[in-house]
Order: sequence, then structure tokens, then C-alpha cells
Amino acid sequence: MKYLFLFVVLTVANAALADDGMVILQKRCASCHELSGPAAQSVQELWQRKGPDLFYAGSKYNAEWLEKWLVKPRRIRPAGHHPVQHIQPGKKRDIIDTTTLTPHPALLPNNAEEVTEALMKLKASVEMMGTAVFKGGSISASFGEMVFDKFNGCMACHEIEPGYGGLSGPEVYTAAKRYQADYLVSFITDPQAWNPKTPMPNKHVAAPNIQKIVQYLQALAKENRDEKK
Amino acid sequence: MRKNNLCLLLFAALLMFSSATWSDAAEDNYKNYCWQCHGMTGDGMGLNVQDMSVQPRDHTSAKAMGGRSDADLFKVIKEGGLAIDKSVLMPPWRGSLSDDEIHDLVKYLRKLCQCG
Ligand code: HEC
Ligand code: HEC
Ligand code: HEC
Repeated sequence: MKYLFLFVVLTVANAALADDGMVILQKRCASCHELSGPAAQSVQELWQRKGPDLFYAGSKYNAEWLEKWLVKPRRIRPAGHHPVQHIQPGKKRDIIDTTTLTPHPALLPNNAEEVTEALMKLKASVEMMGTAVFKGGSISASFGEMVFDKFNGCMACHEIEPGYGGLSGPEVYTAAKRYQADYLVSFITDPQAWNPKTPMPNKHVAAPNIQKIVQYLQALAKENRDEKK
Repeated sequence: MRKNNLCLLLFAALLMFSSATWSDAAEDNYKNYCWQCHGMTGDGMGLNVQDMSVQPRDHTSAKAMGGRSDADLFKVIKEGGLAIDKSVLMPPWRGSLSDDEIHDLVKYLRKLCQCG
């Protein structure tokens, strides 16, 4: 009986946290982030979205990472959310115009807890998620790198450590800290199911190799390359 | 008769709005998908090239692009570099672009290289 009481109190408290979080989301985040969907249906519409969609946040993020990042955000996409808006021609290649990149707004710890609670309630549809699941297992970082880079060419757009790799996509050395393993499998399997106009191509990687890639992303995350930066 | 036509029209409109995704202009598609590697001017010196083991093709060069037929270009865009025994770094775009959009991109490439 006592436990039941505790359970009810905790559930009500969580619901209240989420409500407060939703108020903050509407007030301080909705101008840049889509909270109810759907994803952009044209390239022009995509470019008008100032930040990544959050309407499926609960199926994407690790809550622990999310709460920490909202208090102390650091850049994830070296060339911003839409690189086309932050680059200019350089001598040897196009370069990032860092003056156009602004720091992400930060939250106080208690607000971050409320917002995380609210975001984790926003789940993806079955159509987005598909049937992909991560089956576990591990791989060495060096073999993983071969699968990621040599066999599938993923490094062309993604940094695997600070300063090494492509710049148009988000850094992947923190991807497994940020995202749930099932989400990673699902997104790599069919990026367009999540975001029809995403600049990330479907590379049609064979299912067993997608499992290996996610194992590799987890191995990378364990090396804490972001903290050595 | 009148009513029938109206029904057809409504049906067509419904089809248009329910079709999988919006078809974008070649210029927007080139910016969104190809700039990353082929560059803002199409010269092959995009944002990503620094650590790439094979460099992206210069789309402004008549010499590099002139020898390719429209069918060749269509194939490599749709199926990726591996499909024509080239680098895996050139991705397949069939998951992102419809056949019509790829045909438009081929025309766009012809304008960039001023060839063919
Ligand atoms: C001025 C626009 C703007 C506002 C306001 C804003 N964001 Fe963001 N947000 C961005 C951009 C741009 C990024 C991408 C940052 C990066 O990749 O470095 C981002 C990234 C994020 C991410 C990580 C997304 C991912 O998948 O990598 C989360 C989570 C997030 N924002 C939550 C919030 C919350 C919660 C609020 C409100 C308290 C908020 N943002 C307010 C623009 C904004
Ligand atoms: C042409 C550039 C490009 C290539 C090649 C590419 N990606 Fe991406 N990737 C992106 C971009 C851009 C995003 C950001 C997607 C978004 O915000 O919609 C992304 C996002 C991701 C994410 C994070 C998902 C998210 O929601 O932020 C993962 C994981 C990922 N890619 C893995 C891979 C893997 C594995 C491969 C190789 C099979 C690969 N990428 C190849 C451009 C690329
Ligand atoms: C991840 C980087 C990357 C992206 C993004 C990319 N390409 Fe490429 N592309 C390459 C590389 C690398 C080559 C050279 C391949 C080789 O020579 O083996 C290439 C070659 C080509 C070729 C020449 C193929 C041939 O016959 O030799 C064409 C045409 C082409 N790309 C079109 C496109 C178009 C159109 C887009 C956008 C829809 C695009 N590429 C996006 C990397 C990329």
C-alpha cells in the first residue's frame, strides 16, 4: 500500500514536470524546433527550419545525455544545421563561415529536467521507426572504422574524431551517447523515413553491417573523443 | 457530366497531395545534396573534400564531364559510384530523389559543364 502511494506520488510529480517542460518548449524552443511534425516535405521548407525536428525526441535521444546537453550545449554539427547557409568558397575548398554560427541557448538544471521529461514523451510513429532494432554485440574500433569508412564511405560527411572526417553531417564520435541504439539502426536503414529531405543519403547498407556500424559508434562513444578536444 | 469532371479533378488533386513527397527544383536538390562534396560552384571542391581519399568530380569541367552520356550520368546519380566501378564515396541517391528529379539534375549538370 505504501509503495502504491509512492508510485502514485511519483507518477503525478513526473506528469507535472513534463507539463512545465512543455510550457518551456512552447515558449523558448518552438520558434526553431518543430514539436508536432510532420517533417519538412520540400527542400525549401527544410531550410526554413532553424533547428532539428524534436517531435520524435522520445524515440531518438538518451534522456541522460539530453538533460546534460541542455544545461551545457556544445556544437554537434560543425557547419550548422543547414551547411548551405553557413559556407563560403575558400582557396582549397568551401569553408565554414563561423561568424554565422551562434551558440545554442542553455537551460537551468531544473528546467532542463522538466524539458527532458516533456521531450521524452514525444514518440515517433511506427512508420518512422520501422522494425529495425539493435541486437547488441561489440566490434573493435579499427575494424569498425573499415566498415564505416572504407566499405561504406560514411566518413565523407562525418567526423570520427575532432578535426578528422567530413563536415556536412553531425559528428559521429558522440552519436551513441546522444541517440538510442534502435534509433541509430533505424535512421541508417532509412534516413528518408525520418526526414524525407535530409541531405544524408540512404547508402543501402546490408542489415548485418548496420549492426556493425552501430557497434562501432558505441565503441567510438566510449573513447570520449569529445572530452579530449 | 459536369459533376463527373469535378470528381475527377478532386481525385487528381487528392492524388497530388497524397503522393509520397514533393518534387524539388534541380537547383535546390543540387544545393541540398551535392554541394556537400561537389562544392558551391560545382568545381569539386566542397566542404567535405579534405579527408576524402577520392576527390569528387569537377562538374564545371567539359573535359571531365563531356565523355559521359545522359544515361551514364543518370545511372551514377541513382545508383552511386560503385554501380559504375567508381568510388563508394559517390553515394546512390535513389532513396532521396525520384527519377524525374534525377533527369532534371542531369540537365542541370549539362548546364554546369556546358557540354553535351
Ligand atoms: C535560435 C534557434 C534555436 C532555439 C531557440 C533552440 N534551438 Fe535547439 N537547436 C538549434 C540548432 C541550430 C541546433 C543544432 C545545433 C548543433 O548541431 O550544433 C539545435 C540542437 C538542439 C538539440 C540537439 C539536436 C540533435 O539531434 O542533435 C536539442 C535536443 C535541442 N536543440 C533542444 C532545444 C530546446 C529544448 C530548446 C528550448 C529551450 C531549444 N533547442 C532552443 C536551434 C535552436
Ligand atoms: C552525403 C553526406 C553523408 C553521408 C555520405 C552519410 N551521412 Fe550520415 N548524416 C548526414 C547528414 C547531413 C546528417 C544529418 C541528418 C539530418 O539532420 O536530417 C546525417 C546524420 C547521421 C546520423 C545521426 C542521425 C541524426 O538524426 O542526427 C548518423 C548516425 C549517421 N548520419 C550515420 C551515417 C552512416 C552510418 C553513413 C554511411 C552508411 C552515413 N551517415 C553517410 C550526411 C551524410
Ligand atoms: C559524399 C560526397 C559526394 C556527394 C554528396 C555527391 N557526390 Fe558525386 N561524386 C563524389 C565522388 C568522390 C566522385 C568521384 C568518384 C570517382 O571518381 O571514383 C563523384 C562523382 C560524380 C559524378 C561523375 C561520375 C563519373 O561518371 O565519373 C557525377 C555525375 C556526380 N558525382 C554527381 C553527383 C550529384 C548529382 C550529386 C548530388 C545529388 C552528388 N554527386 C553528390 C562524391 C559525392
